[in-house]
Amino acid sequence: MDFLSLLSFLTFFLIVASVYSVACLGLNMQWGFTGLFNVGVVGFFAIGAYASAILTGPDYPDTLLGGFGLPVIVGFAGAVIAAGLAGLLVGFVTLRLREDFLAISTFGIAISIQLVALNFSRLTRGPDGLYSLPKPFSGVSTSVLVDNLFYLAICAVSIGVVYWGLERMVRSPWGRVLRAIREDETAALALGKNVFRYRLQAFVVGCAVMGLSGALYANFVGFISPQDFIPIFTFQVFIMLIVGGSGNNLGAILGGVVVWALWSGSGALIAGILPPTIQTQAASVRIVLIGLGLVLMLLYRPAGILREKRIVSQEARLPDGVAGGRAAGPGD
Amino acid sequence: MPGGNILEVRNVVSGYVPTLPILNGVSLDVKVGEIVTLLGPNGAGKSTLIKAIAGILKVWSGTAHFLGRDLTKFETHDLVREGLGYVPQTENVFAKLSVEENLEIGCLVNRKEYPRQRERIFELFPDLARQRSLAAGKLSGGQRQMLAVGRALMANPKLLMLDEPSAGLSPKLAQVVFSQLLKVRDAGVTILMVEQNARAALQISDRGYILAEGREHLQGDAASLLDNPEVGELFLGAKSRLAKTGLGAKSHLAKTGPGKS
Amino acid sequence: MMQFVLNGLVLASTIALGAVGLSMTYNILRFANFAHGEVIAIGAYFSLAVVTLIGAGVGSIGPIAFGWPLLVSLPISIFVTSMIILLVDALVFRQLRNKNATRITLIMAAFGLSLMGRSLITLFAGGDPKYYEFSIRKVFELFPGAKIGPDELAVMGIAASAFIGLYFYLSRTIMGKSMRAVAENPVLARINGIDTRQVIRWTWIIGTAFATVGGTFLGHIEQLRPEMGFDLLLLMFAALILGGAGNLYGTVLGAILVGLIDSMSVAIGLSAYRAAVVFMVIMLILLVRPQGLLGEKA
Repeated sequence: MDFLSLLSFLTFFLIVASVYSVACLGLNMQWGFTGLFNVGVVGFFAIGAYASAILTGPDYPDTLLGGFGLPVIVGFAGAVIAAGLAGLLVGFVTLRLREDFLAISTFGIAISIQLVALNFSRLTRGPDGLYSLPKPFSGVSTSVLVDNLFYLAICAVSIGVVYWGLERMVRSPWGRVLRAIREDETAALALGKNVFRYRLQAFVVGCAVMGLSGALYANFVGFISPQDFIPIFTFQVFIMLIVGGSGNNLGAILGGVVVWALWSGSGALIAGILPPTIQTQAASVRIVLIGLGLVLMLLYRPAGILREKRIVSQEARLPDGVAGGRAAGPGD
Repeated sequence: MPGGNILEVRNVVSGYVPTLPILNGVSLDVKVGEIVTLLGPNGAGKSTLIKAIAGILKVWSGTAHFLGRDLTKFETHDLVREGLGYVPQTENVFAKLSVEENLEIGCLVNRKEYPRQRERIFELFPDLARQRSLAAGKLSGGQRQMLAVGRALMANPKLLMLDEPSAGLSPKLAQVVFSQLLKVRDAGVTILMVEQNARAALQISDRGYILAEGREHLQGDAASLLDNPEVGELFLGAKSRLAKTGLGAKSHLAKTGPGKS
Repeated sequence: MMQFVLNGLVLASTIALGAVGLSMTYNILRFANFAHGEVIAIGAYFSLAVVTLIGAGVGSIGPIAFGWPLLVSLPISIFVTSMIILLVDALVFRQLRNKNATRITLIMAAFGLSLMGRSLITLFAGGDPKYYEFSIRKVFELFPGAKIGPDELAVMGIAASAFIGLYFYLSRTIMGKSMRAVAENPVLARINGIDTRQVIRWTWIIGTAFATVGGTFLGHIEQLRPEMGFDLLLLMFAALILGGAGNLYGTVLGAILVGLIDSMSVAIGLSAYRAAVVFMVIMLILLVRPQGLLGEKA
């Protein structure tokens, strides 16, 4: 492989990894810092992608909305707002529920969003998808590599801005309240904190970031359809966060890159090892391996690569993975 | 073996959260046929000790022997078969199960005896017999406490441990529960209980222990404890409320200091 | 109108058969098992394997288009699937329980196992739909304007008798009572000498048995696909939440309602959105009654 093709491969790889890393940062706000188990990551990712696609895309003959052709930056902003609003609506209904009900309902919402993407063709063109989405700076040069390098820069800036913003948030008094809620909801309630409002705020911020991730994806690949938004995406982002280290923003970014490298690497590896006749099964083998990886990770390294920085005092916390005096569980 | 120790606890250290022990090396003996009461301020480790004996909490160090056998080697669900009964302070009945079902669960280790044992308990607590098909959650506080004790007696325990059997009951009902416990003891069951209601508990007890800071602080026969001015000040007299809120505990600990043992 | 009620009840039977296991793991093992859909699918595929091995088709009983081969395959596939589930419990869930893992960790592990399960089915059986036997099934008019097949009626009957059996199991046998005891208060259960490991084992086995029966008949009425259970998962969760999560009978009632809402959404022309409609209705109900229909306040 010559230098140029290596460089274009690397650029492409890093752009996709950045998309995941941004989604992972959003999830970290919800799960890592606030303990909200959102199984519907892909739904908010999809909303961001479609919002940006509709705002920046060309005029399709068969849709209600479209043809705005707005600058990509407006598309990104629209994605953030749309996903944030969706998060507000969803959070308002579900965040009062018990933690595992929240998991079930966000799972249901992601499926509902996918159904809308698939069936509401006056908006999304259904399975045909939205195409010809603009990529910023794509007219500057004739080389795809240069285009992609520009796009990678945009991704890097996005990650930087999101990282900076989230770090400021979690280090503020507001962020301390979030972690207090995650560690001990009753105590936070006793201190007079409106737990629901803090949770809702954290949920909305996380969803908005996931929306940005979707927009980054849509304007990079230039074509989106419901097939891009299946539950496995949520699963991938969770693995990335767990591997990187839940509760650590650098870990979230790192987890995105590392797991995407493993994911795409294992795909190439399996394609190389398996005989061509059963290549169709490669995708399944890969999912089995990744699922196995997650389970092993949960069993043996639940704290991830980068552990959470102990901002909360050490003594107040239990060892990693301990649920809290759960002597009541049916353990064996 | 009358007079022998049914329970021997030596230097037990245990607690809920790693690195934060509640029990700091407590020792205690219970002889066959006795009623022994554990007293002490909140946080002294009374309930913790019972939970550690029952295997709900792990014993970090020290030993606990029941009829000469090492309790720490058993799983909680084996203890009832060994003859150790335990009535927790709260949530001590299965609220969604009927009175009879609760008793049947209590008799799990000895299912052939169930009909006979059930009638024995119904004789001891006639109230329960009248409510046998009712869900336990619908019983009154006193009846619930009786069911909890009755449930524990179903397995014919040799030692019955009770965590505040009179908690939440009116003084009158508490007296009823205590007099039933006397009957239980007379039927041959040794009793170890935690109580806040010190005077009433000591009146039916043979001996008592006063726990502080996770260790035994004072012990003696019930009569001498009732007469002991320190005990009187802390648990029996006008300051008993302070003791309950923990204020009494502080003054008490300040007086004895950590060097004592 | 009656037609949609009938369709809804047929769907409700499969949802309820599946949701029993979900409800039991939720109450006794205390987590939402996102891998339960795959238990259903694996059970259905093992039935297919046994039916194929027997090689006598699925037989028939009177007008019903399944007979002894399918019925004989059920206990075998229940046994095999249960063994697999118990192995997974020993390798994964028990380890996590021993480490006092949070509910969410258990859910995540289940989520991972769910993906693995579907992929493994695709690997071993292929991703395309499978059938126990190709046959054109009879349909007759049960009410004026409302048609149903004898197979569907048989499935409803089997589901109903399974629930009656379960009711007696839970209220009459000592293991059933022990399960209810562990569901309510595991510590008190252990104090009384209940071996929670044993209870957990039977919880998996019964949940798997119901799932296998549900999956097999779903496969018979419709088809077998690796995603057949996963697609049912949201509806089963909806039934669980709707009924009040701590209540097995509530779950069955929830399943009936979910089945009816589902077929109604088809009736009003929203068939493409049916899962979403069911889900939105549940969310609205939860806004008013956060504890579900038969649930107790937390």
